[in-house]
Amino acid sequence: MFSLVKKSLNSAQSFMSSREKILEAVLKNQPQTTVLPDISMFKGDKNDIIQRYVDVFKTIGGSAFIVDNLDSVKDLINEHFDVTKRIVTTLPELSDSAELISATVDPHTYEDVELAVIRAPFSVAENGAVWLTDEYMGQRIIPYICQHLAIIITAESIVPTLHEAYEKIGLGSYGFGGFIGGPSKTADIEQALVLGAHGPLSMTVFILK
Amino acid sequence: MKQSETKDHAGLAEDFIKDEERVNWHDGALWYIREKRDIASKQIPEWEQLREAASKIKSNVISNLHEYLLQFEANLTKNGIIVHWAQNAQEHNEIVYSILKAKEINQMVKSKSMLTEECHLNEYLGERGIDVINSDLGEYIQQIDNEPPSHIVLPCIHKRKEEIGELFHEHLGTEKGLSDPTLLTRVARKHLRNVFLTRRAALTGVNFAVAETGEYVVCTNEGNADMGAHLSEVQIASMGLEKIIPQKKHLGIFLRLLARSATGQPITIYSSHYKKPRKGQEMHLILVDAGRTRQLGRTDFRDSLKCIKCGGCMNTCPVYRKSGGLSYHNTISGPIGAILAPNLDMKKHADLPYASTLCGSCSNVCPVKINIHEQLYKWRQVIVKEGCAANTKALGMKAMAWTLSSPGTFTNAGKAGRWFLHNIPFVVNNKLNPWYKQRDMPEGPKESFAEWYAKNEPKR
Ligand code: SF4
Repeated sequence: MFSLVKKSLNSAQSFMSSREKILEAVLKNQPQTTVLPDISMFKGDKNDIIQRYVDVFKTIGGSAFIVDNLDSVKDLINEHFDVTKRIVTTLPELSDSAELISATVDPHTYEDVELAVIRAPFSVAENGAVWLTDEYMGQRIIPYICQHLAIIITAESIVPTLHEAYEKIGLGSYGFGGFIGGPSKTADIEQALVLGAHGPLSMTVFILK
Repeated sequence: MKQSETKDHAGLAEDFIKDEERVNWHDGALWYIREKRDIASKQIPEWEQLREAASKIKSNVISNLHEYLLQFEANLTKNGIIVHWAQNAQEHNEIVYSILKAKEINQMVKSKSMLTEECHLNEYLGERGIDVINSDLGEYIQQIDNEPPSHIVLPCIHKRKEEIGELFHEHLGTEKGLSDPTLLTRVARKHLRNVFLTRRAALTGVNFAVAETGEYVVCTNEGNADMGAHLSEVQIASMGLEKIIPQKKHLGIFLRLLARSATGQPITIYSSHYKKPRKGQEMHLILVDAGRTRQLGRTDFRDSLKCIKCGGCMNTCPVYRKSGGLSYHNTISGPIGAILAPNLDMKKHADLPYASTLCGSCSNVCPVKINIHEQLYKWRQVIVKEGCAANTKALGMKAMAWTLSSPGTFTNAGKAGRWFLHNIPFVVNNKLNPWYKQRDMPEGPKESFAEWYAKNEPKR
């Protein structure tokens, strides 16, 4: 009798999908519910935020320029990058010197981009990162595949910490979003820091005053 | 795999310490990262509150996992991501294979994922004619050397640059003797760029999965996850059930802790939030159990599921630093590996909870406050009770012996303090550690540290 019961139990289990079996095991094994902590007290400080952002961004291997307008951005690009190579942008204001990014072409076609110049909605002072979504990127691959990345933000948009950043982001309606905090890097070979692993070799942020 | 299946941690560690120069380098490199973590954490006045909050959020996740999984699944589906459930490695690998097969894909690029290492996915797919390339530089190096990663964040930290140069010479045709890290990285960049551009499928791991929104976050420094994902036609993410976090705003807590605890960086270069497939792209997510629900049922050990895989406990561990990650014969090595592995196979991993001095340094750096050293201590008791270890006392002494085998002149009073901090970082205030007991005796220690060492000096 006992073995019969056991047998039928086993066969009932085998009809369950992996999903059901996993969920059942979770339900059985999870402990009594504990409460989520209040995290509303985590906030940063706005003092001297632009300078703090610039300092942090430089320590992670980026370059930052505080500029008055897009004309200065153009001048700096001419000065610092090889403008004979392919430059792409999402900014119509720069379309005289760069190609506008198309949202619909095959992303592989951006393989030879030397410099991408795009806007970001804001950046974070404590870690130097800028926030981007697919809408700002033009195409998801752009800020990763280019050899050099240049980002334009406004000075007022800088937030102190990630807490304020996620407040701004909210639930978000993007398909893809990401923080980018500096040029790609690796230290996998004997902990020697090398800028330019698979993503951009350099990252520049232009802060519009 | 090159690694021996028959030797235990003590035996494998003995092999590792034969090369004294390498051990000292390894020990120093990891300690340096531990110091960078200290500097980064001290710049955040609310660091301890962040750890506390992270720990509480993860406690909540563990206690409410059933509901969060359902919520996450529903939101993923809403976002157009196809959800799969796998009870074990076999099921996980079969799912990946079926996804690729349906699209007639026979080459895939993979970014860092300890879970797929744990599942031996590359071998499984390889046997079925599908070629997988690991794109994280450290993992790529380990792959061409046919070795598993030795550290979850720094996969080839146990290798010297000359050895890597030799591997590149053999596999990528670089000049013999080339060992400059920048030049080697450039060669890999060029080679792997071509891989990214030609692979139709990309697989990534998952750092955090947000139940509230059905998106998942992948953190890298190299940009390899994004290069693979955004050029792929099929994107697959594999995650353990425990990677769930309840709300989007909780990412603020975890991303502030993760990179600072891992390498001392303020944030990883890339923190990518994947939510919906690109037009024309297919996205899959595989939720994997592989022992996690069992660990969830172990009252004393379930907190190990809070781990965010920062590697901090490895960098600080005096035994890990001196024995190397491969000596743990488990995908996840170091202190956290030693409390996760016995759940997977208690007999095979009975030695791992003994690969510790119980100094408690791991628990003290852990960003989610897992009581790692206490769990190591408790596993020893379970293992003895279940009759899984033959000579556990000897194992315990071995761990202590390597820790002590530092060539530093600790008898010199000026250096002793620093030596002690480096080797037994948090020995104070820890009742599990036999050294603590000795140092804590009110009438003063019966034998000096040097005397104790002389008596217990490992025979080398
Ligand atoms: S146990 Fe803690 S310290 Fe160790 S890897 Fe996990 S989160 Fe980091």
